[in-house]
Amino acid sequence: MSAAPLLAVEHLTMRFGGLVAVDDISFTAPDAQITGVIGPNGAGKTTVFNCLTGFYKPTVGRLSVTSSRGHFLLEQMDGYRICQNAGVARTFQNIRLFVGMSVLENLIVAQHNKLMRASGYTFAGLIGLPGYRRAERAAVETARLWLDKVGLTAMADWDAGNLPYGGQRRLEIARAMCTDPVLLCLDEPAAGLNARESAELNQLLLSIRDEQKIGILLIEHDMSVVMQICDHIVVLDYGRKIADGTPEAIRNDPNVIRAYLGEEEGEDEMGLVAEATGSAT
Amino acid sequence: MASAIAVVDYREFTKRALVAGFVTLVMASLLVGIEAVSTVNGLEVATRYRAVFCASIGVAIVYFLMEMLKAGRTLVPLIVSLAMIVLFAVLEWARAEGLPLGDQLPFDSWVVNWGVMLVPLSLALRALFITVRPEAKSSRTKTDARTHGFTGFYLRYNKLFGLILIVFAIGFPFMPFADRRLVDVGTLVLTYIMLGWGLNIVVGLAGLLDLGYVAFYAVGAYSYAMFATHFDLSFWVALPIAGALAASFGIMLGFPVLRLRGDYLAIVTLGFGEMIRIILTNWWWFTGGPNGINDVPRPSLFGLLFERSAPPGRETFAQFFDIPYSPSQRVFFLYFVILVFALFTNLFTLRLRRLPISRAWEALREDETACRALGINPRNTKLTAFAIGAMFAGMAGSFFAARQGFVSPESFVFIESAVILAIVVLGGLGTQIGVVLAAIVLIGLPEFFRDLQDYRMLVFGIGMVLIMIWRPGGLLSHRDPTIFLHRGKAKS
Repeated sequence: MSAAPLLAVEHLTMRFGGLVAVDDISFTAPDAQITGVIGPNGAGKTTVFNCLTGFYKPTVGRLSVTSSRGHFLLEQMDGYRICQNAGVARTFQNIRLFVGMSVLENLIVAQHNKLMRASGYTFAGLIGLPGYRRAERAAVETARLWLDKVGLTAMADWDAGNLPYGGQRRLEIARAMCTDPVLLCLDEPAAGLNARESAELNQLLLSIRDEQKIGILLIEHDMSVVMQICDHIVVLDYGRKIADGTPEAIRNDPNVIRAYLGEEEGEDEMGLVAEATGSAT
Repeated sequence: MASAIAVVDYREFTKRALVAGFVTLVMASLLVGIEAVSTVNGLEVATRYRAVFCASIGVAIVYFLMEMLKAGRTLVPLIVSLAMIVLFAVLEWARAEGLPLGDQLPFDSWVVNWGVMLVPLSLALRALFITVRPEAKSSRTKTDARTHGFTGFYLRYNKLFGLILIVFAIGFPFMPFADRRLVDVGTLVLTYIMLGWGLNIVVGLAGLLDLGYVAFYAVGAYSYAMFATHFDLSFWVALPIAGALAASFGIMLGFPVLRLRGDYLAIVTLGFGEMIRIILTNWWWFTGGPNGINDVPRPSLFGLLFERSAPPGRETFAQFFDIPYSPSQRVFFLYFVILVFALFTNLFTLRLRRLPISRAWEALREDETACRALGINPRNTKLTAFAIGAMFAGMAGSFFAARQGFVSPESFVFIESAVILAIVVLGGLGTQIGVVLAAIVLIGLPEFFRDLQDYRMLVFGIGMVLIMIWRPGGLLSHRDPTIFLHRGKAKS
């Protein structure tokens, strides 16, 4: 291993009282690749995310992010600094937009830190120095870029809460991207999307990977998304990592099949798995 | 809603109207039907049966007419309500002229009589409106607030409305009807408008429910009073210091409540407000205790005093301009000082709205978790809101001390916080003009309607309840985005 990976999770353990939600998990997520985290319900996927993005302090473990911005140990940082300094942005399983604000405002708020500096921490902006106006125009341009990408330009001045569900999902991704992250963490972005929308989502994620050259960490239940776009998959079950590899390797991994379909290994069930995963590819 | 004209069931209407009248009878008897009258023999109980009966019959009739309006019959309500208006107007005119006919009126206050007349008037207007535009009959149907009704009207003429208000506020003291008392009431209203706009930053924008806002008002007032009496600082020098002190108190309060939300935040801020008041009362050797601080100097205009005679080396306003001294000069001057303060607060807030800090406040109000995930520092953002809100309260407090010439802890009781919060909530969280309307309604009208005597607070309460029923989001509750992609960049 020559250069440090973008994200390295080492021996991550998270206990809630007696409950061990995440037990000694280690994996890496490289730059400019999509890493999927999958597993049955309650496997601890979202807990891993919450540790990564500072909502939980892990009981044990080291979470390090290495990028052009520097080397950061996430477990030691305040929640908001993980996005501000280390450049880790996230979306939420249950969408968390600022529903009372307009779509554009959602994207402008995401560029808060940049704009705060430009407005001289409010003081220069209050007097009306031109630097802030320029920065605001630039921020609007960034927002427009992402609105075009997620196809919400026409609805830019709507209240975010009035967007259709799929639009809200895409807006949340656009908002996370407006923070200019090095690692984008998506918590079930395809949940509740129909087949066409989830195909569009795949295209969006692939274009983010290829054009922005950033790492994406993806929790997902929808196998058609995971198998198609992930370069690398980590499988969790009962808080432990049971498999780690390329989509092909994961599809044929007996541990994964057991975790998803139970212990009995009849011929029929194996066939079902092949059908389920095969139709996705 | 074409065929909404229902079968008119007059028996049902009569029944409901009678029930409404009966309820009014019972409640009015309990509330205002009996009064204690002081006579030569001591206190005696007198009844106001005529007022109560008139009210009950009036309610029954009006209820009946309203039911008819709802059923789409407009002619009878129109005629009856017009007849009621004419009857009342004639009787009131007779009462004002002192004719014996005027004694037939149940209420002996012109404010009540005119207020009562508003009810048939609104009925008549409604009836007319329905006759002219039948499609607008059912007011209960959801309409788009942007294009219809009060809010839509306000939105269309938003800037014009604000401009008219400002021009009116500037011209107000020079109007023929504006006497000293009225200008004084105007000053009071403007003080509350400024406080409302200040609190609006904390509650309306940042969504932090602050029940102890009056504490910062107190800090500002005592700061100026003490700087002026101990160090002889002039009002204009002490003002920024008082503002800064209040802001630092805002930060001091902010730190312990950073993690609290909603009810818990409200309770702690309430406690903080009381703490400041109790400290002011008990720290007697520093603050003067319950006696407060006397002889706080008045503000001057570039060194010109508003007194009858100037101390040696100073000049009064009247001497400088060579006009006779009049105490109303000071009243007018104070009015303009607070007008400038209030406009400054408003301008400041409007500018803030376009800055990232204000957007972060709103985002924080909407979803703190999402804010943290976007790299927004919740601590600094909240503390800024507390500090800026407190700063305006401190400046308003300094003005209050200078206007009264006297401060004591009694001016900073909890009810003041509640009134300011009521102004913000009734006005519509986050709106600027709504606060103005609410301050006029909540501060101006009670002052103006002192004529109502014991009904005054009753009317105040009824008004609040009605506003909350009809406009639960506040008088003007509408939020426009602070930035647009499509509507041109010049929109502010």
